[in-house]
Amino acid sequence: MIFLLTLNFKLYMKSKRLIARLGLLGLLLFAMVQISFGQGKTVTGKITSSKDGSPLANATVVVKGTTKGVTTDADGNFSINVSKENAVLLVSSVGFGRKEIPVAGQLQLSLSLDEIQGNLNEVVVVGYGTQRKRDLTGAVTSISSKDFVKGALQTPEQLIAGKVAGVQIVSNSGAPGAGSRIRIRGGASLNASNDPLIVIDGVPVDNASVAGSVNPLNMINPNDIENFTILKDPSAAAIYGSRASNGVILITTKKGTKGKVKFNFGSQFFVQTPGSKVDVLNADQIRDIVGTKGSGSADISKLGTANTDWQDEIYHTAFGQDINLSASGALIEGKLPFRLSGGFLNQDGILKTSNFKRQTLSLNLNPRLLKNTLKVDMNVKAAWTQNQFANEGAIGSAIAFDPTQPVTVNSPRFGGYFTYVDPNAAGAPPRDLSPTNPVGLLKMRDDQSNVFRSIGNLQLDYALPFVKGLRANLNLGYDWQEGKGTVVVPDSAASAYRRWEIKSNPFSVVHYGGVNNQYNSQQRNLLMDFYLNYAKDLKDINSRIDVMAGTSYQDFLFTNDNFADYRYDKSVRPGTQPQFPTNEAQYTLISYYGRLNYTLANKYVLTATLRTDGSSKFSKDNRWGVFPSVAFAWRASNENFLSGSKVISDLKFRAGWGITGQQDGIDFYGYLPRYSLSNNAALYQLGTEYLSMQRPSAYDPNLSWETTRNVNFGLDFGLYSNRITGTLDIFNRKTEDLLSVVPIALGTNFSNQLLTNVGNIESNGVEFTINTTAVKNQKVTWDIGFNFTYLTPKITKLLLNPDPSFKGNLVGGIAGGTGNTIQIHSVDNRPYSFLVKKQIYDPSGRPIEGLYEDINRDGIINDNDLYRYKSPDPRIFMGLNSNVSFGKWNAGFVSRISLGNYNYNNIESNLGVLRQVINPLGWLGNASSNYLKTGFANNQYFSDYYVQNASFFRMDNINVGYEVGEVFKKAYLRLTANVQNAFVITKYTGLDPEVNGGIDNQIYPRPRIFALGLNLDF
Amino acid sequence: MIKNISKWTGLLLAVFLLAGCHKDLDRFPPNDVTSAQLFINEEGYKQVLAKVYGSMALTGNSGPAGSGDVAGIDEGTSDFLRLFWKAQQLSTDEAVVAWNDPGIQDFHNMNWSSNNPMLIGLYGRSYYVITLCNEFLRESTPEKLSERGITSPASDNIKAMRAEARYVRAFQYWVLMDLFGNVGFTNEETAIGASVRPEQISRANLFAYLETELNALVADLPAPRSNQYGRADKAAVWALLARMYLNAQVYTGTAKWSEAITNSKKVLDAGYVLIPDYRNLMLADNNAGNTESIWTLNYDGLKTKNYGGTTFLVNASVGGDMDQTVSGLSKWGGVRTTKTLPQLFPDFTGAADKRAQFFQQNLEIEKISEFKDGFAVTKFRNRTKSGGFGSDPEKTFSDIDFPVFRLAEMNLIYAEAVLRGGTGGDRVNALNYLNRLRERAYGSTIGNISDVSMNLDFILDERGRELYWEGFRRSDLVRYGKFTDGTYLWPWKGGVRNGTAVDAFRRLYPIPATEIGSNPNIKQNPGY
Repeated sequence: MIFLLTLNFKLYMKSKRLIARLGLLGLLLFAMVQISFGQGKTVTGKITSSKDGSPLANATVVVKGTTKGVTTDADGNFSINVSKENAVLLVSSVGFGRKEIPVAGQLQLSLSLDEIQGNLNEVVVVGYGTQRKRDLTGAVTSISSKDFVKGALQTPEQLIAGKVAGVQIVSNSGAPGAGSRIRIRGGASLNASNDPLIVIDGVPVDNASVAGSVNPLNMINPNDIENFTILKDPSAAAIYGSRASNGVILITTKKGTKGKVKFNFGSQFFVQTPGSKVDVLNADQIRDIVGTKGSGSADISKLGTANTDWQDEIYHTAFGQDINLSASGALIEGKLPFRLSGGFLNQDGILKTSNFKRQTLSLNLNPRLLKNTLKVDMNVKAAWTQNQFANEGAIGSAIAFDPTQPVTVNSPRFGGYFTYVDPNAAGAPPRDLSPTNPVGLLKMRDDQSNVFRSIGNLQLDYALPFVKGLRANLNLGYDWQEGKGTVVVPDSAASAYRRWEIKSNPFSVVHYGGVNNQYNSQQRNLLMDFYLNYAKDLKDINSRIDVMAGTSYQDFLFTNDNFADYRYDKSVRPGTQPQFPTNEAQYTLISYYGRLNYTLANKYVLTATLRTDGSSKFSKDNRWGVFPSVAFAWRASNENFLSGSKVISDLKFRAGWGITGQQDGIDFYGYLPRYSLSNNAALYQLGTEYLSMQRPSAYDPNLSWETTRNVNFGLDFGLYSNRITGTLDIFNRKTEDLLSVVPIALGTNFSNQLLTNVGNIESNGVEFTINTTAVKNQKVTWDIGFNFTYLTPKITKLLLNPDPSFKGNLVGGIAGGTGNTIQIHSVDNRPYSFLVKKQIYDPSGRPIEGLYEDINRDGIINDNDLYRYKSPDPRIFMGLNSNVSFGKWNAGFVSRISLGNYNYNNIESNLGVLRQVINPLGWLGNASSNYLKTGFANNQYFSDYYVQNASFFRMDNINVGYEVGEVFKKAYLRLTANVQNAFVITKYTGLDPEVNGGIDNQIYPRPRIFALGLNLDF
Repeated sequence: MIKNISKWTGLLLAVFLLAGCHKDLDRFPPNDVTSAQLFINEEGYKQVLAKVYGSMALTGNSGPAGSGDVAGIDEGTSDFLRLFWKAQQLSTDEAVVAWNDPGIQDFHNMNWSSNNPMLIGLYGRSYYVITLCNEFLRESTPEKLSERGITSPASDNIKAMRAEARYVRAFQYWVLMDLFGNVGFTNEETAIGASVRPEQISRANLFAYLETELNALVADLPAPRSNQYGRADKAAVWALLARMYLNAQVYTGTAKWSEAITNSKKVLDAGYVLIPDYRNLMLADNNAGNTESIWTLNYDGLKTKNYGGTTFLVNASVGGDMDQTVSGLSKWGGVRTTKTLPQLFPDFTGAADKRAQFFQQNLEIEKISEFKDGFAVTKFRNRTKSGGFGSDPEKTFSDIDFPVFRLAEMNLIYAEAVLRGGTGGDRVNALNYLNRLRERAYGSTIGNISDVSMNLDFILDERGRELYWEGFRRSDLVRYGKFTDGTYLWPWKGGVRNGTAVDAFRRLYPIPATEIGSNPNIKQNPGY
C-alpha cells in the first residue's frame, strides 16, 4: 500500500505541497499500529428527545474517528472514556437526527436529538427544481453517494446497478470503460431508443457516443457524483415531456461546501482476472474427432502438433489504478464555496492490448450573492480519455481456431503468426474466409482514440425582491465532445493482407496491404432553460402552493469528418474518397413547461405538470406535442387515526397519470423528402461515364411523436420509526403510435420498410423496495435492502392491417449464414421473442439433427413451422444488498437475481458442429464442447435447443472497509477491499448469462475484479 | 408597482424571445438536396436516371454496402440480380447452394412460404425500382420542365429519359408478373406516403397493361444500338415483348406465338451480331465491343461495388479445390449445378460444345452443404479476353456486365415460337437461327442440327446449353410444364435426393406476407 501510494504521487501528483503531505502520510502508515492515545477521561451524559424531553434508550455514542462507542441505558444515560480533551462525540439514534458534540474539556454532557421522519425531509432534485421528498407524488428514487455500489467502478451508471427497483443496468462488455444498457421499467419503444434521458446537473445529454468513445458516460468520473435521482413514472418524468417515456436519470455532482478547505485523497489499485472461458474442445479431442470422423489421411495431415489454448493466449490478468484528489470548502472568507477535483484512471483490459485511461477535472463554484438572494451554481467538468481498443474479433477467433496449431511459426510472413495460406494461389496469400490467428489479430492492430468531453452549466437562481416566494432561474449549459482516433494494421498482417495486392496481378506476391485510417467526430449540445418559481404557504386555508413555469431551448449538432480508406503506406484505397468532407446532423428542441404543486393540510398533495415540446425531427404540422400529467398523494400517516401508531411511522399513497413522448433514436430528418448522393464506390455507368446517383430518401411526412400513457399507483411506508422503509408501485404503461420501422404497402415509398407511427406496446409491472436496519446498537449496524421488479411487456399492435399469415418483424441478427435472425416482434408477444423450430429429441434426450416438429401440420417443415419461444428479458429481477458495520469494520455486498430471461446460445449453435472442426472449406477449426452433446454435423441455427434459460444470481460486489481513524493531524484514513463480479450461479451453459439483447455471441468477458483502496480525508 | 410591471414585462419578453427561435426547428441536412434544388437542369435528371438503372446493379448508395435501398434483408443479399437469379435458378436443376442464409435452402426444397426473406427482398427490390421510376416520371412532366425553365435540347433529352424510366418500370413489372403473378399496381399517380394502399392487378391484366405500355413508350426511345451503353433502346422493348409473348400462355392463358416471332425478328434484324467466342460472353471486359448485348446491368470492380450481381455469380461459384486464378475473385464456396445441366452437353470438358464450362467435382450431390458435390460452373469469370485480371486489386468485386437481354435468346424465341405454331416465321429460319448458336458453340458446322432433330424438347435443352445461369430456367420449366410435376425430376428437386413432384401452385411464388400485412388490397396467390 505504501509502495502504491509512493508510486502514485511520483507518477501523477504535481503539487509539491501535496507531495509533502502525502509523503508524510505514507510514513505515518508505517507508524499507524503504534499510535495510541494514552489514558483519557470519562465523560457522562444523558440523551433526550427534543420533542418532549423523554430519555432515549439505546442511542449510540461514539468517539469520532475511533470505534469506541457505547449505548445509552433505559434512562438515556451514557458513560464513555475519551483519550483527548478535544474529542468529538457522535450521537445517533434510530428515528432521530445525528449530532456531533465536542467534548471541549467537559465531563458532563447532555444532548437532545430531533425526531426525524426517516429521510423524509430530504430534498430531492426533480426536473427544473427540487421538492421535499415528503411532497413527492410520483415514483422517484434517489440514491446518494453513501449508498452507491463500492468498488473500482469506471463508469457512473454502475454506481446504482442493482440498487433500484425497476432499473436494469447491464454492462455491455468487460472491456475497460465499456458502457451499460440502462432500462427503466423495461423499455417503451421498439425502434426508437429505449435509453432513459440522462440529465447531468440540469443539462440533458445525448446518449450517442462520439467516434472513439464506447460509452459517453465513462467521461464522467464516478467520484464526482453526489446523487442519482430516477424519475420512473410520468407524473415525475412528464416535465421532461417528449424525452421521458423511458424514464429520466438526474445526476447531480458534488458541490462546494461551507467551512474550511478539506481534502480527500482516494486511490484504488485493482486486478482483473479473466473469469471462466468458453467451453471448447482441446487439441487431443480435435485429433480424436478428425481421426474418427474425418475423411482419412487428407484431414489428418492438416493437424498440427501443438496444444494451444487460444483463450489463454489472448487473455491475461490486468491491472489498473484509480486516483482521485478533491478539495472543497469556501474561499474568500467563506463567500465562495467550491469543489475542485481531479481523477486519473489507468486500466488494462483482460483482453491483451486493451487499455483505458482517463483524466478528469471538475470544478464547482457555488457562491450566494446579494444577501443570499442570488444563488450561483457553476459546474465545469472536463475529461480526457485515451482508449486502446483490442481487436475483439480475436475473441471469436480464439474459440474457433484449431488448438493443434501453434501461435507462432518460424516464418517472416504475417508477423510470424501461424496463418492458413492458399497454396493454389500464387504467393500463397491467406486463405479466403479462413479464420485469422487470434493473437495476430490482437498484436497486429493498433486502434487508438482520444476523446475529450466537457460538460458545464451556469445556473442563476434569483429570489425576486418584489414578490416574496418568487424566484427566477436561468440555466445555461453545454456539452462538448470530440473523439478522434487511428487504426493501423501493418501490411504483413493476415487480417488486412489480400485487400491490398497490386492491380497488375492480384495473385502476385507483392503486397501493399494493411490499414492506416483515421476518424474524427464532434458533438455539441447547447442548452438554455429559464423558469419562474413561486412558492407560498397559504396558512388561512392550511395549504401550500408551488408553481413553476418555464421554457427551454436545446440544440444538438453532430459532426463527423469523412476520410478515405488508406492502406498502410497511406495510399488511398480506390473508390473510398468521400463525396463530402463532413456530415452534419442537427436537431433542436424548444419547450414550454409548467408545474403546480398543491399541498393541503400536509396530507393531500396534488401535482400537475404540462409540457409542450417542439422538435425539428417532425414537420411543421406535427412537431409540437403536449405532455400532461396529474398525480395525487395522500399522507395517511399524518391522519389522526395513524399519528399515534407505534408500528406505522410513515404511510403515503400515490396515484399518477401522465403522457410522455419519445423521439430519440430515430433519423433526424425522417419527415423530409430529400435526395442524397451515392458514394464513389456506388457509381453507375451510363455510356462511358460513371455517374453518382441521386437517391430519394424514404420519408413519412406525417411522422410524429410516439406517446406513452402511464398509470402508476404507489405506496410508501415506514415502520418502527422508519427502521423499515419501503415502496410498492404498480403500473401500466401503454405506448401508442410507436415509432416503428415496419413493412409498408409496396410502391408507396422509397423503401420496403418505413419509420412511421404504427403499433402499440403495453407493459404492466410491479416494483417493490424494502430497506431495513436489522440490527442497530453501539457495536453493530446491519442494513439490508431488497428490491423486486416484475414486468410484462407485450406488443399489442404492429401493422396497420393485421394479417394472420404475417409473423412479425424479424430482428436479432445472429452469427452464421448471411442475414439470419432469431427474434421477432409480433403481436401478443414480448418484444424480441425468439422465433425457432421445435427440436425433436431421441429417447435418450439427445437432439436429432434436422428433425423438427411440423407445427402447422401441413406435412412440410419450412419457416411456417417457426414458433415463438421465450424472450431475453427477465420476467422478474431483484436486487439484494446489505451492509454491516462492526466497530471500525464494515462489510457489504450487492447482488442481483434475474428470473425468466433466456438466451440464444449462438456460440453453441454456430460453433458446436462437426463442420466447425472439419471445415468443408478445407481447414480444421475448434468447436464448442456442446458438439459432444449433440453430435450435429451441420448447423441447426433455428433449433429451440439453443434457446436456454439464463436465469441467474450474481454477486456483483463484496466489499470490506476499515476505518483506521486519525493517522496524522486531522487526517482520517479508511482502507477498503472489494471483489466485483465475485460469482454467478446459473444453469446457463454459456460464458455469462447476462447478454444484452439475448443473443450470446462473442462478448468481451466481464472480468472478476479485486480492488484495494485507501481514502484519506484531511 | 409600475416598476414591478416593467420587471415582469422583461421576464415575459425573455420567454417570448424564444418564439423567434422557432424557425430553428426547420433543419435540413447540409449534404442533401431537395427536389427543387436537384431538378434544375439535365444533369440533375441524369443523376436520378442513374439511380433508376443503378438500383438494379447496386444495393444502395454506398458501395459495396452501408446504406441499403431495401430493408429487412442483408444488404448484399438485397441485390436485384442476386435475388432474381436465386428465384429463377436455385429452384431448378441448374443450381444448388451450400449456404445457410435465411430462406435460401427453400428454393431447391421447393417449400418456400410467404415469409421467405429472399422473396420478400426480391419483391421489395422490384417495387423499389418501380417507385423510383414513378418519381422520375412525376418530376419530369412537360409542365414541371417548363415550370423549372428547362428548354430544348435538355427537355428533349429528358423526354427520352422518361421513356427509359417507363421501360425500366415495365421490365420490373415483367419480373413481378413472371414470379409472383398478381401484384400491387402503382404508377406515377400513386402518391408517396404511409397511408397509400395500391390496388392489386391480375396477372392477365398486368400483361395487357405491359403490352400497351411497351408499345406506347417504344416511340420515344432511340433506335437500336444508338443509345448510350447501359441505357435502353427500342430493341430492349422488342426483346422484352418477345420474352413476354413467348410466355403469354402462362401469364394469360392465351398463347401469342406470332407476336413472339414478330418481336424477336425485329431484334434479330436490328444489326446485333453474336460475338465469335461464347466463352468471352461473361468476362470482365465484356462491355467492350459487345455486339450481342441488347441491355446490360453494368458492374465495375472499383466504381460499382456490391455483393450481389456478377460479384455474387463469380465468387459464389468458386470453392473447394478450384484454382481462384481461373475466376479471378475470391472463393465463397456456394453455388454448383446438379448433374442434369452438364449432361445436356456431349462432354463435360467443353471440347465439343464450348458452352460447357464446368469445374468437375463429384457429379452426384450427396450433401447440398458440400461444395464439392455437384459440378462448379465457370461461365462467369472476372478475367479479361487477353487473360488479364479485373480492376479490383482486392479480388472481391466483379467487372462483368450482365446481359438482361442478348441476341441469342431471340434466336431461341423465334425458333420455339415457330415450332409452337406461330405465324410470321418459318422452320428454315428457325433452324438457321439455332444453328448460328450451334456453330459458335462448336466452332464449326459440325454440331449443326437438321430439321428432323428440331423439336420443342431440343429447344428446351438448347436453351439450357445456351442460357444456363442467366436467369431463365424457372420460366422455361414452367412454360414446358416441367417445373412442379413428376414428369421431370432432378436431384434434390423438392428436397428429395432423387427429386419429387411438388404442388402445382408453386409455379408462382407467394406474395410476401409483409405486403399482405401492409396492404389490405392484396390477396395471396392460391395455395399459400
